[in-house]
Amino acid sequence: MTLTKAELAELIFQHVGLNKREAKDMVESFFDEIRLALERGENVKLSGFGNFQCREKSQRPGRNPKTGEEMPISARRVVTFHASQKLKALVEASVPSSEEAPPAS
Amino acid sequence: MTKSELINQLAARHPQFSPADAELAVRTVMDAMVQALAAGGRIEIRGFGSFSLSYRPARQGRNPKSGEKVLVPSKHVPHFKAGKELRERVDYRQ
Repeated sequence: MTLTKAELAELIFQHVGLNKREAKDMVESFFDEIRLALERGENVKLSGFGNFQCREKSQRPGRNPKTGEEMPISARRVVTFHASQKLKALVEASVPSSEEAPPAS
Repeated sequence: MTKSELINQLAARHPQFSPADAELAVRTVMDAMVQALAAGGRIEIRGFGSFSLSYRPARQGRNPKSGEKVLVPSKHVPHFKAGKELRERVDYRQ
């Protein structure tokens, strides 16, 4: 039940009518364009799915979990994802949530 | 960048396909991603990242307006973890 680039390419092959090679390129380009926008520091808004944000984190104190030794976590830029209301609602509506065993994350 | 800008970028990058093909491809990919998560599954894109559901147990909450206690039921929420390549490329220090 894991969706990968191979399955996405297969779907494009079936629904868009590109050949397999082209469908594979299209999937690569899809994620590459999102990656390039994030690299430029742009946010990416995919309506109906969610937003990817580029966030600047300043330096903060941390520690090595193994040794307990304190060391600063350097300033960095990270990507965060916020699911759209539509995606959240769909997930909530269709995934049984009151179950005893939460899936391993 | 918005969805329509992404479609334009893809159309420009693949001039052999019509813009309509690029649009349909984007829609196909996004629909499949939404469906995978809605079905309780995961998405793993090598070099980009993975999407999974994370579980939120039921908790006692309050209606912020009335102060009334309410039980917030457990639920799953979508979660994204950036892959190594995306993480490294976005972090300008490297």
